[in-house]
Amino acid sequence: MRKCLVEDINSVLAQINKAAKVYLPVDGTDGKARFEEWAEGKEWSNALNTERSAKDFFFPQTENLMEFKTEGKNIEIIDIRSDKDDFVIFGVRGCDVRSFDILDRVFLVEPIDSFYKARREHGIIISVACGRPSETCFCGAFGIDASNPAGDVTVWRTKEAVYWQSNTDKGEELLKKVEGLTDCDEAAVEEEKAKIKKIMDKLPLANLSTEDFGAGKTMELFDSDKWKDLSESCLGCGTCTFVCPTCQCYDIKEFNAGKGVVRFRCWDSCMYSDFTQMSAGQPRLSQLERFRQRFMHKLVYYPERNDGIYGCVGCGRCLAKCPISMNIVKVMKSLGGKDNE
Amino acid sequence: MQKITLESLVEKAVSLLENGTVTSVLGWKKGEFDYDITPAVFESADELKKDFVWNDFCGANFSKYLVSKTCKSEGKILVFLKPCDTYSFNQLLTEHRFDREKVYAVGIPCEGMADINKVKEVVGDGISKIESNGDDLVVTTIYEDAPVKVTCKDVLAERCVNCKSKRHVAYDELLGEEGEVIASERFDEVERLEKMTPEERFAFWQNELSKCIRCNACRDVCPACTCEKCVFDNPNSGVENKAASNSFEEKMFHIIRAFHVAGRCTDCGECSRVCPQNIPLHLLNRKFIKDINEFYGEYQAGAEVGLRAPLVDYTLEDLEPGEVFDRRDNNA
Amino acid sequence: MQIKEYKPLIVAFCCNWCSYAGADLAGNNRLNYPAEVKIIRVPCSCRVNPMFILRAFQRGADGVIICGCHPGDCHYTSGNYYTRRRMALLFSMLDFLGIERERTRVEWVSAAEGAKFATTMNDFVEKVASLGENKRLEDLRCKR
Repeated sequence: MRKCLVEDINSVLAQINKAAKVYLPVDGTDGKARFEEWAEGKEWSNALNTERSAKDFFFPQTENLMEFKTEGKNIEIIDIRSDKDDFVIFGVRGCDVRSFDILDRVFLVEPIDSFYKARREHGIIISVACGRPSETCFCGAFGIDASNPAGDVTVWRTKEAVYWQSNTDKGEELLKKVEGLTDCDEAAVEEEKAKIKKIMDKLPLANLSTEDFGAGKTMELFDSDKWKDLSESCLGCGTCTFVCPTCQCYDIKEFNAGKGVVRFRCWDSCMYSDFTQMSAGQPRLSQLERFRQRFMHKLVYYPERNDGIYGCVGCGRCLAKCPISMNIVKVMKSLGGKDNE
Repeated sequence: MQKITLESLVEKAVSLLENGTVTSVLGWKKGEFDYDITPAVFESADELKKDFVWNDFCGANFSKYLVSKTCKSEGKILVFLKPCDTYSFNQLLTEHRFDREKVYAVGIPCEGMADINKVKEVVGDGISKIESNGDDLVVTTIYEDAPVKVTCKDVLAERCVNCKSKRHVAYDELLGEEGEVIASERFDEVERLEKMTPEERFAFWQNELSKCIRCNACRDVCPACTCEKCVFDNPNSGVENKAASNSFEEKMFHIIRAFHVAGRCTDCGECSRVCPQNIPLHLLNRKFIKDINEFYGEYQAGAEVGLRAPLVDYTLEDLEPGEVFDRRDNNA
Repeated sequence: MQIKEYKPLIVAFCCNWCSYAGADLAGNNRLNYPAEVKIIRVPCSCRVNPMFILRAFQRGADGVIICGCHPGDCHYTSGNYYTRRRMALLFSMLDFLGIERERTRVEWVSAAEGAKFATTMNDFVEKVASLGENKRLEDLRCKR
């Protein structure tokens, strides 16, 4: 366990930045936090979490995959993958750290996604414990400990000091390069952890139960008549999917730039009417089916194929952002029967 | 604080359901907290008594739901309309987008809706309860022992600070008192931007629009955007895209979105309310409204049913496109 | 190495009945106008959707000009009156977003005005050339 004073955080970040480029949550002109590249004068935001999730670092919203150039009858295929440098994502919350595991189970199984893998290997994650969670937080329901998040390095911020603990070799390597961190015992951090646990128990969604979901629940939940009421006012926008740290669907498209063609991929949303469009049309014709797909995927299909791990991390972004305030918690409470009353 | 009470709305809805005037009610449904309210259809008095809610967070504009809700239904639907919602209601009727015969519209007064983001700026996160008390909201959080009082006026949504009308322009029945059209200062922010240099304006919009995640919430919530298939969703349009690949595509989407509703936008402010990235989208719409007012005379979309929108109209003496800037430069 | 002289790319939407014939007349009369002007013939100036203009910029245009019949002379009676309103609002919006206002223009050119067509294009190309490359509405993918 190492520590530095709160006022020294910028000089510590400057040193980390020398080892690898640092990204951290910074308040924007609208007062909301977003990940930005560290630079002199950029302050670590006090906000609980960033507006967009941290998945962008490994799975960006749009990404070019390859290019084609045509000349006469010849077509040239250009591999645009390039060597990446290490980078550090600082200030990731426990929920977002877990989301990387969930994405890994999609992108790092055969066939391995080389674009994702390259980023993932070069990313060093410094997580931070949540001193002041919001009423929309429910990471506890998915077994995430906000007081002790995973990641290569874990950081606790108290009024006076910032505590650093490395969890992996990658993390330890990084911390070794930083001067100005002094060794300390774990008393202060233990105290902070206990404090956070106490707050977590007080959160309004602390008792949210996942009992009625998970592997094998498809037949029971799929035909529930509650989906109609739940999806009744869904606008069919993609807000929930695009702010979600674990939504991983994408579409591959081509852009004809005149002199060549760029093949790229971009996030797609199961809420959209043209999602997984095929020559025969779209398999889910009504918004009810599309809405159901999203929640069944997170709560039933994903755990079924991934050792019971849920596809939601309880970050609460969809609770805060949905235009009509319909979200996974309402779905769980409505479908979850007696456990969630 | 809303002047009309929850009880009177429920009572009205129940009586209309029971006497057979309507078969369903479009209303606001209670959420997990006191501010996350979902539009919902109620079909029985029990449901209404249990889940119907009316407070300072009932911002959603129901007019657009009438397009789908009157399309296949047999019976009449009761809809509660705040003054600004009635403009959208008229505009949709003008464009023949829903069946008026299947709707029973009840106008309700509105004192302005609160913006939860503004409340959180004052009290912080961890809100466990919000109660209305006179002109204040009493907010309890898990972090403070004593509740915090916030004056409603200080946390009004942007569109309500600049409310353009408290008068209902359409209803079958009105609850409470009728208000007046208000001389608002809604164009001030547009003017402030107009006075900037082009470089400053470009930087301003570049910063704002770069936040866009193309969730399409602004489009999908908009009561003026009722195309069956949007050009941005149509693979044959040549401009279809699911995410903006660069700053050009960000701008194209927002210019076209605003242009397509120019002259039809009632300035209900739903686009900015729902934007998950807090982009002031209403400024683009208001720019068009302001220009239309200046170039072609005052026009309020939805003020009456059957008005001819400025972009499907013309006069022989209209301004030439080249004169637009001369005129502004001379005024400045 | 010789530095290539910058030449702007101009897209001109010309109405079939007046301006396109005007361009033809300019050619018949051997009046010069820059070769950088690429003409797209449209049935009426009012066929031009704002999307066309944005896409022209995306594909590398540095300036876009729309030419139609004089107000009152529209082959379809009133098409150009609608154009006038649409473009006034669109240009004002582009300016609001900080895009140079000299990059867009509407000009009424009749079939008899070959000379006007040539002077209009010469003038427009000169103005756009002085602004330089279109940076604010560019799509980098199309620049390679």
